[in-house]
Amino acid sequence: MSQVVLTGRGLVGGVAEGEALVTREAISGWGGVEPREGRVIESRHELVGQSFAGKVLVFRGAKGSSGWSGVFHLTRLMGSAPAAMVFTTMNTKIALGVVVTHVPAVTDLDGDPFELIRTGDRVRVDADRGQVIVTPAGG
Amino acid sequence: MRLTDDERVMLDGEQGEAVAAAMDLLVRYGEVLGAERLVDTDNVCGANLFGSRHSLVCGSPTPDAAFSEHSLDAPTVLTIPPVRAQSYQLIGPMDTKHWQVQGLPQAEHDEIIASERYNAEHGIHLLTTCTPYQVGNVPLKGEHCAWMESSAVVYVNSVLGARTNVEGRESTGAAMLTGKIPYWGLHLEENRHGSHLVEVTTPVESNRDWGLLGYWIGEQVPEEAIPVVDGITATTPDLVRLKHFGAAAASSGGVELYHVPGVTAEARTVEEALAGRTPVERLTYGPAQRREAYEHLNATATDTSVDLVMIGCPHATLGQIRDVVRLLEGRRVHPDTELWVFTPRALRHVAERNGYDRALADAGALLMSDTCPAIGRFLPKGTRVIATDSAKQVHYLPAIMDVQGRFGTLAECVDAAVTGTWRGEVP
Repeated sequence: MSQVVLTGRGLVGGVAEGEALVTREAISGWGGVEPREGRVIESRHELVGQSFAGKVLVFRGAKGSSGWSGVFHLTRLMGSAPAAMVFTTMNTKIALGVVVTHVPAVTDLDGDPFELIRTGDRVRVDADRGQVIVTPAGG
Repeated sequence: MRLTDDERVMLDGEQGEAVAAAMDLLVRYGEVLGAERLVDTDNVCGANLFGSRHSLVCGSPTPDAAFSEHSLDAPTVLTIPPVRAQSYQLIGPMDTKHWQVQGLPQAEHDEIIASERYNAEHGIHLLTTCTPYQVGNVPLKGEHCAWMESSAVVYVNSVLGARTNVEGRESTGAAMLTGKIPYWGLHLEENRHGSHLVEVTTPVESNRDWGLLGYWIGEQVPEEAIPVVDGITATTPDLVRLKHFGAAAASSGGVELYHVPGVTAEARTVEEALAGRTPVERLTYGPAQRREAYEHLNATATDTSVDLVMIGCPHATLGQIRDVVRLLEGRRVHPDTELWVFTPRALRHVAERNGYDRALADAGALLMSDTCPAIGRFLPKGTRVIATDSAKQVHYLPAIMDVQGRFGTLAECVDAAVTGTWRGEVP
């Protein structure tokens, strides 16, 4: 299958590539993520038990506690941060979170990332150009 | 982002490296948000009490290193000057009186005490609570604040009409040093109008009812929504009920501001709350929705035995403490169960003067302050099931500590503490 290129607003610069982990749900940081392993622990979240460490996290955005940035900050210091973040809903939690996680981040895409990116796809995030390049798994 | 002359001076380093790093963080953050400028603030609530969990990952054990990394996202260790803005420490990891109950080693205690002293020396007020609005920091309507703690943010925005986004540790750390925060989101009048209308068709009276309503709304509406809650006719809510309501809505979802027309600060009527616009969505909350929220809050529980009953999330008022004391009159906490009540340290002093502390201890319960089991990550040894009257605590604690959680009324919780068994009823 062919590549898909999405274009949006790059927030934190840099380029990273990894396997996609996709959820339409927002993620809780503090109390929703165990920072040591980058694992989602929120009881009824669809990603519960899964780790985003080293992956391109594609998600709606941030919810819950104001400790969101602090927990993602810890994932960076503990080596379990996502490789990059692609999200759709801006708020202060996600904005500060991407700033302190120091990974490429893109939002305001010109296509629906939840339709165009599946968990397991290969994704290259070029935040300097605001581009998300998706190579479907098995493609 | 446009900077004023005084902001430019700070960014350029004329007021020291730490202030420059703080301004740099605010600029990076503001640009991601798309903010056009910063706004002055003299009311900042943040979280800068560090134990080993934070110091170990810094590469340097000094308090300056922890503040530079965790509170400013600075690339090097800076000498942190006294804070500029009026600044307040929120809830922290340790009860300075009952830290041994938490199971903390002496070295960890000493590290957190040193961190507390560091905060005090820098001019940060040691409120150590998730409810500053109970104990000396009650912002005015329209006051620009920079607060962390989602339950406190939603309270002061909604009930008091203060203006703050949900800030984080790094943005509040930077705001403490600069007196600035991005002028974005809820700082702007036009972003504070209601978007979703919730029509309540079932009585909402007790703290439990308000927790259930908040939890359900948080699950239903998107993070950016501003719910307008209509149909509250049975009773007028009070501080405790709205504390539980907002905390719940900010846990299951991301509610940062709501309006209860006739009650909260910025809406006398539904029309005023919606600024005359048609709501994006209308939702109805009736018995079926209340039942759904109750089931979600009790979803982690299968056992009926209860090891810990936790009261005081967000931190209990004096009224709540007295209610627990009265519910315990003539009764004793079960030998296999603990009952812990959490309150701000300032209120613990009053509770001690009132004899509530002694009354709780005589019944086998414990009054704690400064922290909570979810923030401090502690439970009585061997705990498998917790019970609480807080939707927020039962949302977080089972996930954080891998235990089962029960949610119900205060009376049901005290009953569970006395009998060791959960006998709560589905509303």
